[in-house]
Amino acid sequence: MKLDSKVPSGDLAEKWQNHKDSLKLVSPKNKRKFHIIVVGTGLAGSSAAASLAELGYRVKSFCIQDSPRRAHSIGAQGGINAAKNYQNDNDSVWRLFYDTIKGGDYRSREANVYRLAQVSNNIIDQAVAQGVPFAREYGGYFANRSFGGALVSRTFYARGQTGQQLLLGAYGALMRQVDEGNVELYPRREMVELVVIDGKARGIVVRNLLTGEYEKYWADAVILATGGYGQVYYLSTNAINSNASAVWKAHKKGAFFGNPCYVQIHPTCIPHTGEYQSKLTLMSESLRNDGRVWVPKKKGDKRPPNEIPEEERDYYLERKYPTYGNMVPRDVASRNAKMVCDEGRGVGETGRAVYLDFRDAIKEFGRKTIEERYGNLFEMYKLITGEDAYEVPMRIYPTVHYTMGGLWVDYNLMSNLPGLFVLGEANFSDHGANRLGASALMQGLADGYFIIPYTISEYLAGTKFEKVNEEHEAFKEAVEEADQRYKKLLSIKGNKTVKEFHRELGEIMWEKVGMSRNEQGLKEAIEEIRKLREEYWNNVKVAGEANTLNKNLEFAGRVADFMELGELMAVDALHRRESCGGHFREESQTEEGEALRDDEHFSYVAAWEFKKLGDWELHKEELKFEYVTPTQRSYK
Amino acid sequence: MEKKRLTINLKVWRQKDADSKGQFVNYTVKDVNPDMSFLEMLDVLNEDLIKKDETPIEFDNDCREGICGMCGAVINGTAHGPESGMTTCEIRMRMFKDNDTIVVEPFRARAFPIIKDLVVDRSALDRIMQKGGYTSVRTGGVPEALSTPVPKQNADMAMDMAACIGCGACVAACPNASAALFVSAKVSHLALMPQGRPEAARRVERMVAQMDEEGFGACSNHGECEAVCPKEISIIGIARMRREFWKSMFK
Ligand SMILES: Cc1cc2nc3c(=O)[nH]c(=O)nc-3n(C[C@H](O)[C@H](O)[C@H](O)COP(=O)(O)OP(=O)(O)OC[C@H]3O[C@@H](n4cnc5c(N)ncnc54)[C@H](O)[C@@H]3O)c2cc1C
Ligand code: FES
Repeated sequence: MKLDSKVPSGDLAEKWQNHKDSLKLVSPKNKRKFHIIVVGTGLAGSSAAASLAELGYRVKSFCIQDSPRRAHSIGAQGGINAAKNYQNDNDSVWRLFYDTIKGGDYRSREANVYRLAQVSNNIIDQAVAQGVPFAREYGGYFANRSFGGALVSRTFYARGQTGQQLLLGAYGALMRQVDEGNVELYPRREMVELVVIDGKARGIVVRNLLTGEYEKYWADAVILATGGYGQVYYLSTNAINSNASAVWKAHKKGAFFGNPCYVQIHPTCIPHTGEYQSKLTLMSESLRNDGRVWVPKKKGDKRPPNEIPEEERDYYLERKYPTYGNMVPRDVASRNAKMVCDEGRGVGETGRAVYLDFRDAIKEFGRKTIEERYGNLFEMYKLITGEDAYEVPMRIYPTVHYTMGGLWVDYNLMSNLPGLFVLGEANFSDHGANRLGASALMQGLADGYFIIPYTISEYLAGTKFEKVNEEHEAFKEAVEEADQRYKKLLSIKGNKTVKEFHRELGEIMWEKVGMSRNEQGLKEAIEEIRKLREEYWNNVKVAGEANTLNKNLEFAGRVADFMELGELMAVDALHRRESCGGHFREESQTEEGEALRDDEHFSYVAAWEFKKLGDWELHKEELKFEYVTPTQRSYK
Repeated sequence: MEKKRLTINLKVWRQKDADSKGQFVNYTVKDVNPDMSFLEMLDVLNEDLIKKDETPIEFDNDCREGICGMCGAVINGTAHGPESGMTTCEIRMRMFKDNDTIVVEPFRARAFPIIKDLVVDRSALDRIMQKGGYTSVRTGGVPEALSTPVPKQNADMAMDMAACIGCGACVAACPNASAALFVSAKVSHLALMPQGRPEAARRVERMVAQMDEEGFGACSNHGECEAVCPKEISIIGIARMRREFWKSMFK
């Protein structure tokens, strides 16, 4: 099967406008006849559901949490990018496009990334009109900051709670549509099957998380905005309920999975300390604006940081990358942290940490300014570690944070399965092999507010729909499948808990499909995951019953899916014998240890088709660069 | 350096479902690392219960960073526990002493029916938001962001109010189970921003009416809400809401 990206022809800067002009429209009267399911209420899902309902479509919105406002997006701290150039530092749509495509190590589509940069400005306008209290300067206009991988200040923020404020804006828009009767809200529901009829996505089956009942919903189009799959690693910065089940179920029903091995490991997280830990905490990247990263020059130097004199410190990012310094992109910062720790120069009890030091910034700007900029982050750090980062440097270490991979979509954000659209972190689209900071919020809202409302009409207006409803055989089968799965999980009654299995899977993934990967390790990982999966289905112990609120059972279902997706991630990482962005193959590096791409052989999107468990077919979407020339990334 | 481990005695509210009668059940958790969060300590207990074929304790949570508002329990008599400015998930075990007994109950309020154990139904808060927790703008039909300057002071005060995470602790702490702090936070946030002014009157009227309809009590200025609010939202907001409400009456 040939993958058609549907990228429009014409000049890069005009593609999106030309494309919009050519898209079919649905008449106002007919819009009321179309039913759209939106799974997920994060930035992508809420903005899409609200915008589609405003247009007149009949929308059903689903989420796992008890309220749409609690989606994982709420936790985003640092900010959102836009090409407004309010700082007069010569930013532009072109520069945002260029930084993003270079930051992604030339593994994304030019046309998509350019469109993202173009609509970035509309997002800020929209959020401001919603009353989002972005940080302002005394004149009443915007304060901006800079993030890794950029030499301009284009990041808008609302204290350390940018995701919260943007999500509450989108949630508000969604609530307004609920009030007007255009959206039906279904919280505490987990999508457990996608229903495909005559080759089109026509509905979903959800499990009501309070009663355990299966509910069936039909629609003319299904939108998945269900977030990323970082939780495969057990420890990540993701929220506890973040999962891959919705996209995985869709994948098993035919949707291709794009670049599953592209995972972002964030450089500034609070290091791992004990087995009991359920998640790791991110310290926003914005801290690198003022904090300086260092380790001792000497191996095994156990002195307290403040006793290590200046000349015995190695500010390794500033030394190796004088232009970007501490503001190199995430993949570069993470890999370098790992390298210095592997050399034996890591700090803290475990030796798996580096310092992020604010001493000089406090000296230069005063403690008050630093407090204003990052007060809540310093408090959070203190709460978790018991240490005061105004006095001693923070200890940080990389952690799984974001997944660039996801379901494959075309320029219209539709998967290869007609009628199935995928938005936000759940799709593979715009970040290539590495995402720049403050770009996920931008992409989620671009997808939901400004892309899907236009592109979905092309599908709805141009498709002949057979009449279906929940009585269709396909719904019954889907319910049956889900029911069997959960019953089976409860019936095994083995002697290892879901958490223990999840933790084991996470260890395999982190060690062998983590920050640096090699052929042997990946082959071992595949074998180990298969074995673990088999053991899971014979020896897992799940508590309680099916027909009630049972979080242990919910997790059991999600971990079962992680066990399958984990294998595909390793398969993809094994096949991609180059390094790019967050995917670092030890066999492919420059003399200085930087990721070395192989454009001749790997300049494509890997889209995997599910055949049967353990068996996938690779489809390639070639990446063509007409406006930028892929080069070895340099942040020196 | 190994930190000293704690032994913690728990009295946890267990309730099978909305219609059953609940009761306190005692548990002891040994070997608690003081760096653990309170919820991680419950995770450890739940793992233990699962292994013993007992039913684990159900509690809502998601971000575990104090921002999603999903977690919430009354701990030793106080919503989100004795430490101020904190959600249940932010509590660390180092805040307790060896051999302490900790009493853990769900948020209780007429408008928050118990679902199971520590899990309650807070959907009433969403229904209040549906009545006006927004500006009525369409996607795309908005001006350039720079067109209206917002004084820094207003943006900052609005942000203080917008920081509400909708956890419902204020309701659980209030002797009248009032949602005044929650509603006032949204009303104030939007009243302080120029973008929120055009429908300020309609917003406050409709949100307050829905709050009453949901069975939340009236505010009689106890101030317990402010004391437990994990985001330390001030009851000045309630005064502002009242002002907005009166203004709306004379419109
Ligand atoms: C700690 C942290 C800080 C971050 N900071 C930033 C930042 O400063 N800037 C930035 O740009 N990005 C940041 N990110 C990344 C960004 O927050 C996410 O990529 C983005 O919010 C994802 O949004 P989303 O709408 O795609 O999905 P999510 O917000 O993850 O929402 C997923 C939704 O899908 C629902 N769902 C999932 N599975 C199912 C299912 N099976 N059935 C039903 N519903 C389901 C969930 O309930 C939820 O409503 C941060 C991420 C983290 C973890
Ligand atoms: S779990 Fe999100 S606030 Fe506690």
